[in-house]
Amino acid sequence: MAILKKEEAQALLKKVLNYSKADACELGLEGSTGGNIRYARNAVSTAGENSSMSLEVSSTYGKRTGVATINEFDDASLEKVVRRSEELAKLAPEDSEYMPPLGPENFTESITFNSDTAAINPEKRAEAVAQSLQIAKDKNLEAAGFLENSTAFRAIMNSKGLFAYNSSTDIDFSVTLRTKDGKGSGYVNVSYNDVRKFDPKTLSTVAAGKALSSVNAKAIEPGKYTVILEPLAAADMLGGLFRGFDARSAEEGRSFMSKKGGQTRLGEQLFNEKVTIYSDPLNAELPSATWNNEGMPLKKTIWVDKGVVKNLSYSRYWAQQKNVKPLPGAFRVIMEGGTKSLEDLIKETEKGILVTRFWYIRMVDPQTVLQTGLTRDGTFYIENGQIKYPIKNFRFNESPVIMLNNVEELGKPVRSGNIVVPPMKIRDFTFTSLSDAV
Amino acid sequence: MKRRDFIYLSGVGFGALMLPNMELFGNPIDPLAALNDGMDVGLKKQIADIAMNAAKSKGATYADVRIGRYLNQFVITRENRVQNVANTESFGVGIRVIANGCWGFAASNNVTKDEVAKTAERAVAVAKANAKIQGTPVELAPQKGFGEVSWKTPIEKNPFEVPVQEKTDLLLAVNAEAKNGGANFVNSMLFSINEQKYFASTDGSYIDQDIHRIYPSFVVTKIDKTSGKFQTRRSLSSPMGMGYEYLTPKEEEKVKGIVTRYKQRYDIMEDVKNATKDAAEKISAKSVEPGKYDLILDPSHLWLTIHESVGHPTELDRVLGYEANYAGTSFLTLDKWQSKKFNFGNKLVNVVADKTQPGSLGAVGYDDEGVQCGKWDLIKDGVLVNYQAIRDQAHIIGLDHSQGCCYAQSWQDVQFQRMPNVSLQPGKEKRSVDDMIKNVEKGIYIVGDGSFSIDQQRYNFQFGGQTFYEIKQGKIVGMLNDVAYQANTQEFWNSCTDLADASDYRLGGAFNDGKGQPGQSNAVSHGCPTTRFNGVNVINTARKI
Repeated sequence: MAILKKEEAQALLKKVLNYSKADACELGLEGSTGGNIRYARNAVSTAGENSSMSLEVSSTYGKRTGVATINEFDDASLEKVVRRSEELAKLAPEDSEYMPPLGPENFTESITFNSDTAAINPEKRAEAVAQSLQIAKDKNLEAAGFLENSTAFRAIMNSKGLFAYNSSTDIDFSVTLRTKDGKGSGYVNVSYNDVRKFDPKTLSTVAAGKALSSVNAKAIEPGKYTVILEPLAAADMLGGLFRGFDARSAEEGRSFMSKKGGQTRLGEQLFNEKVTIYSDPLNAELPSATWNNEGMPLKKTIWVDKGVVKNLSYSRYWAQQKNVKPLPGAFRVIMEGGTKSLEDLIKETEKGILVTRFWYIRMVDPQTVLQTGLTRDGTFYIENGQIKYPIKNFRFNESPVIMLNNVEELGKPVRSGNIVVPPMKIRDFTFTSLSDAV
Repeated sequence: MKRRDFIYLSGVGFGALMLPNMELFGNPIDPLAALNDGMDVGLKKQIADIAMNAAKSKGATYADVRIGRYLNQFVITRENRVQNVANTESFGVGIRVIANGCWGFAASNNVTKDEVAKTAERAVAVAKANAKIQGTPVELAPQKGFGEVSWKTPIEKNPFEVPVQEKTDLLLAVNAEAKNGGANFVNSMLFSINEQKYFASTDGSYIDQDIHRIYPSFVVTKIDKTSGKFQTRRSLSSPMGMGYEYLTPKEEEKVKGIVTRYKQRYDIMEDVKNATKDAAEKISAKSVEPGKYDLILDPSHLWLTIHESVGHPTELDRVLGYEANYAGTSFLTLDKWQSKKFNFGNKLVNVVADKTQPGSLGAVGYDDEGVQCGKWDLIKDGVLVNYQAIRDQAHIIGLDHSQGCCYAQSWQDVQFQRMPNVSLQPGKEKRSVDDMIKNVEKGIYIVGDGSFSIDQQRYNFQFGGQTFYEIKQGKIVGMLNDVAYQANTQEFWNSCTDLADASDYRLGGAFNDGKGQPGQSNAVSHGCPTTRFNGVNVINTARKI
């Protein structure tokens, strides 16, 4: 029941729409099924399976909207949820920024569903975790990890005749391996749509290697260093940047995209010319649905082209105010790179620091996107093209805008969570203090 | 007005309100429906008994049943617009068992006699499956049954009984005040939470609890068009374990000074007026000269430093490694506690864990595994003396009872160890904030919490704030900008040299402390007086892009 096919979802939503008496009605139907295993101290600590489906009905009279949801699907329940949303709409305050529903649209088929991933069962999860635990045992390390997979669908329909459907599969895995004396720690974190790319043994081996090679880290002075950021670290740094690619906050003067006199940085060379960033729902590594929750098509959108800010997103309301076309926000971002491997970047570095990942990144100043955070789970000193020794973790204070200006070299991009990024070589990255944490 | 819009709002980061990143796990409901009584307590007992019997008949040696109704209301506005009014309800049952020495858990939103029996059986099946790869069997600290008991947050006015219109009127008045005072933008919101929790266990407890929390807040933004600079000042309110009475100002609950701060009653109209002035002053404040300063930290700021640097490292699950893959571990390893002389801080530093403190977010009668709540020392005269533990951890630190730190964010999440209120005790000598400032030659007085970051073992941290005042030769001489301080936890707490007395003691806190995979939120308060720390490293955070 939790995963409906396109035709089943469409039939159900049509039935619901027939109950509507409001000026406008928008429906969202979604379901998911999946499970997870959490392990720590080399044993499973919790495990669960879940499956759910729910319907959201949004009814509008004039500019008053009410929303109700339900997880029962008999006719009486379906009518009840429509009536409930209509009652709530009548009680709601007027929304001066209300936008009426969009009409029908032909959306491109997405590539987010993978049948092998959809077939994952508890045994397959346990098998994967057992492989990870075996690596911990073989290397005399302590493992803590989390494996989660899900299959989901979402369909929307509205009283203007719009209908869209998407199904997707995801698998996420992360593991931390630590030496028993607590002096070394290594980590991996991956996400895929296609489980055939998932290799828990190799991933756990990589984490184990980091744990063993990060033991007895030396302290070096904080300061400005050339850094090689592994894709996970690069993704951590960029995570907070893209919400700023929004026209409204930029034009209101409260974003790093704002300039004095009410201007924005649209069209400006804000980053190094090696930097090109876009979203593309049909990217094979990082696919997404081809429409958003309002029923707007998601298409390949260039945000930064050779360092120049090419687009800022416009909500439908803000676009109407500014008399421009609406543009959905920076979803699932892809940053271009080169062809070099991480090892190549290390080989070409005279002196520098290799960062595996960052941790606890928080915005310090939204004006400059200055962020602080720390390195974690393996930080290494590079000299004459080789990793020389592990070093103690650093706290940094750095802005991703400044960082993307100081790009020396970009490697081959890979998916890291919900972003595709290359490994990066960055000069003058600012570390401000040392941490004893392992 | 849409659920998705609300979730999106929580991501509006740039200059807008920093909304707690809370999950909305309930279904939208009519605001009046929140006032329904919900399921009768007698029926809850019958259902719980059915579940526990079903679990035992399948081989469980222990079972607990949580029947929960979780009500949330969010009212969110900006300038003259009500952006969102969301009322949500979530109702269901979570059953946790021990079978073959291993935990199992299952949950259902179908709270009927048939369904709970099946859910209990699923929980036993999960336990038995996990037992095959489990190492050491679960060892529970003994817990007596309490029979049929109840506990309620002692509120004066149920927020869910206050009409939504009254709340939107208040927030729009707050926004108008800011705009009239010259603010360019203002966002405000009011969150109300009611957890109606029924807990039963095979130890013989049937515990009915009704818990309330409230959080009014705003952020004022001031923009200087000529320079292109913007500054914000957030409210000095705190999320509280209280009812709507928190929003009724009382003079005796105010702390006057360079800016008015609040104890157990909040004056939102007064605070927004002050915030609007502060935001404008911040635009032209001088940028800090980096270096060592003596810091005077107001409770509206220090609560967060306590949370991160004392609260988290004393969580026993982190110490043991259960959070190694996510939140991290802790530098307060068992050997340091065993030594009974680990010098966590200056001898002035006394920190208690407390699940009973009136008005606090952590206050409940019983935790989510039926343990009656209490109070205990974590840091005594500067020395680490205890941790935060639950029933299956108590034996590890030689306790014959749990400390009552078990919590689940909803019926459908499994309960685990969560932070109780962790609070720094006030100084014993009579001491006002003015007395403290008078003694500082070169210092910074920090009010309100800002950005925060700490490593995974809780050694190295960095904190910002809302407003920073420069102290020179015992006097406040003006406002500073671009301030953040960095320190090592142990060095920082050893640099504590002065504490205000109990008359300055206040609570701060968070609705949304995150931990676990899948993640869960916990609400927790931290009390403290204004406190001085000597020679702390202050950095300048200004950059040019």
